[in-house]
Amino acid sequence: MSIDRRNFLKLLGFGTVALGLQPTRAIASIDDSKIKRPDSYGVLCDVTRCVGCRSCEEACNTVNSLPAPEKPFDDYSVFEEKRRPTSKAFTVVNRYETSKGTIFRKVQCNHCLEPACATACLVHAYQKMPEGSVVWDEKVCIGCRYCMHACPFYAPAFEYESPVPRIRKCTLCYNRIHEGKLPGCVEACPMEALIFGKRSDLIKIAHERIRKNPDRYLEHIYGELEAGGTSWLYLSAVPFNEVGLNTTVGTYPMAEYTRGFLSSVPLVLVLWPALLGSFYAFTKRNEEVKKQGNEKHRKEAHSQEKGEN
Amino acid sequence: MNVIKEWVAENIFLGLEVREYLRRLITPSNIVAASILIIGIPLIILRYMKGLNAVIHGSNDQPFSLFLGWGLFCGVPLAATGYIMASAVYLFGLKDYKPLLRPAVLTGFVGYFFAVMFLLVDLGRPWRLPYPMIRSFGPASILFLVAWHVALYLTVQFLEFSPAIFEWINTRKLRKWAEGITIGATIFGVILSTLHQSALGALFLLAPTKLHPLWYTPYIPVFFFISSMYAGLSMIIIESTLVYKFLPNRVDPQNHKIIDGLTLGLGKAASFVMITYFFLKIIGIAHDDHWDLLLTRPYGYQFLIEIFGFVLLPCFMYVFGVRTGDAKLVRIAAFTSVAGVILNRLTISMFGLNWELPHREFFAPKEIIVVLTIITIEVLIYRWVVNRLPVHQTHPKFAGEEE
Repeated sequence: MSIDRRNFLKLLGFGTVALGLQPTRAIASIDDSKIKRPDSYGVLCDVTRCVGCRSCEEACNTVNSLPAPEKPFDDYSVFEEKRRPTSKAFTVVNRYETSKGTIFRKVQCNHCLEPACATACLVHAYQKMPEGSVVWDEKVCIGCRYCMHACPFYAPAFEYESPVPRIRKCTLCYNRIHEGKLPGCVEACPMEALIFGKRSDLIKIAHERIRKNPDRYLEHIYGELEAGGTSWLYLSAVPFNEVGLNTTVGTYPMAEYTRGFLSSVPLVLVLWPALLGSFYAFTKRNEEVKKQGNEKHRKEAHSQEKGEN
Repeated sequence: MNVIKEWVAENIFLGLEVREYLRRLITPSNIVAASILIIGIPLIILRYMKGLNAVIHGSNDQPFSLFLGWGLFCGVPLAATGYIMASAVYLFGLKDYKPLLRPAVLTGFVGYFFAVMFLLVDLGRPWRLPYPMIRSFGPASILFLVAWHVALYLTVQFLEFSPAIFEWINTRKLRKWAEGITIGATIFGVILSTLHQSALGALFLLAPTKLHPLWYTPYIPVFFFISSMYAGLSMIIIESTLVYKFLPNRVDPQNHKIIDGLTLGLGKAASFVMITYFFLKIIGIAHDDHWDLLLTRPYGYQFLIEIFGFVLLPCFMYVFGVRTGDAKLVRIAAFTSVAGVILNRLTISMFGLNWELPHREFFAPKEIIVVLTIITIEVLIYRWVVNRLPVHQTHPKFAGEEE
């Protein structure tokens, strides 16, 4: 054994310090410009224009080479239940009965500016690309599914039926964007309910539409600030919760909620050894005093005996 | 060669002829255990061949299975025994509790080991379990902290238990080395436990919209840490209760005389922690101003049952048990407290998650069988170790030597 006690304790010390080096600044930077990425792309979804034709679903299925669906894309009985993206369908259209009648809305990954899934991932399998896409790396994923728990929009799906499962979700057609093409769904939409462009331009367009048609739209762009902002933006005539969008999500990126805890980690690493070490010192000292006292007592008793003799 | 043969005969087969040893294995409890394994192990094999859906209701909305809900979120606090007892004996000098130290460390080690076993069943690609340590790092993730800490703490607990193993294989030299690192290992163990017990709660901070507001609070890491303390204390009582009852011959005779007194002491400590926890839970409600949610069905009532029936009630049982010197009442309190911790963790990791979604399915029957199978293996291994290693008794060759 080449490790003696002193070296072992040293090793523990270094380990402790290393554990304290988890960055908390990286997850929510004070400098917003890096996160907001004005040049990144996004999609503006005008919910008032969607007619529920499911062309986007079909296009998504084709461009991502997904398996054929159980019901064909012109079967509208699928609207009888609320669906969510799955490992076999990265986008779905749902029908909502709202205060202003029947409305359809497309559901997919919203591509957060500061994605909760990426904060959650312990092997850094998720990345927010400069283009705007939130992409997932098959090479390192361990399949823990914490990203699915973290996502406030219930977007990532898991291949539960596979022995070598993947996380599956919309990539904002990352590869197609690189080839200069539109995302599959945007290209297929016959109603121009979806427009692709720079996020900063999309926000301007959305504000312009609201200004020109104040009766048609709510004065709010969902995704401009929600969850710290998303690359996917929505315009709607009815309150967003009526079309299945989470309106309790707030405007902080989800990573903000774990920042306090992560900042307390180094404190524990520094304070505990000091505190526990001193308790140990007290205990040891007590024992020594007791031992010495006993010995003294014994000696005194011994000499007394001698004196009496 | 002969030395090894002798050692194996004595220490593995308990000094019995192999045939006699095997014959004695046929007991009612072993038959029950075997029948669980016969059904469960094929299911586990099936899971690796066909994917998780072969045994669970895989849900994209509710991604945490019972393997995580039970195995990790309940398994880790119930295995808090090690850091509690090691700090009591070594750091706070409560040497009277030494007879319960090794059992506590073993319970902790086996508990963490099986939390990892549950993870290996749950993870989509379990062979990548070491990736966060060696391949790709996500340091902004709370789960990254949990992974590192559980791995390190498993190692620390193995070192803490290693003197028993070295006594078993009869090597003085290694045992002496293991003794030398005790204090360092204990302090490091308490640091790691503080952080990952609370980090398991902090995992839920990331999804504020999903967990029911009665359980979602910024205090959740503190709640997880404090409840792990009384979970650990209660588990030490439960472990000794079971071993002293079912394996009395494996316990030093003089320990049988003092165990009631030690149980009362543990109970007293647990009662202090639990009353603190109870008031902190109330402060949590006040802090978030959720008084109005307490009388809603079903979650408000469930919360009230949890903190009155499974925290305050066992806390009072501990207090009265200690006052009247009633060790039996303290033992009942221990079982009730642990049930409360299990209820709390399952609520947070399963029942109270995504509470606003219209359709949720929790666990499939096969999932429960797999959990039972792994628990059975855990109990069998624990019993195997207690039957052979000096856990509840001092090794005759090392008796009287300071550890």
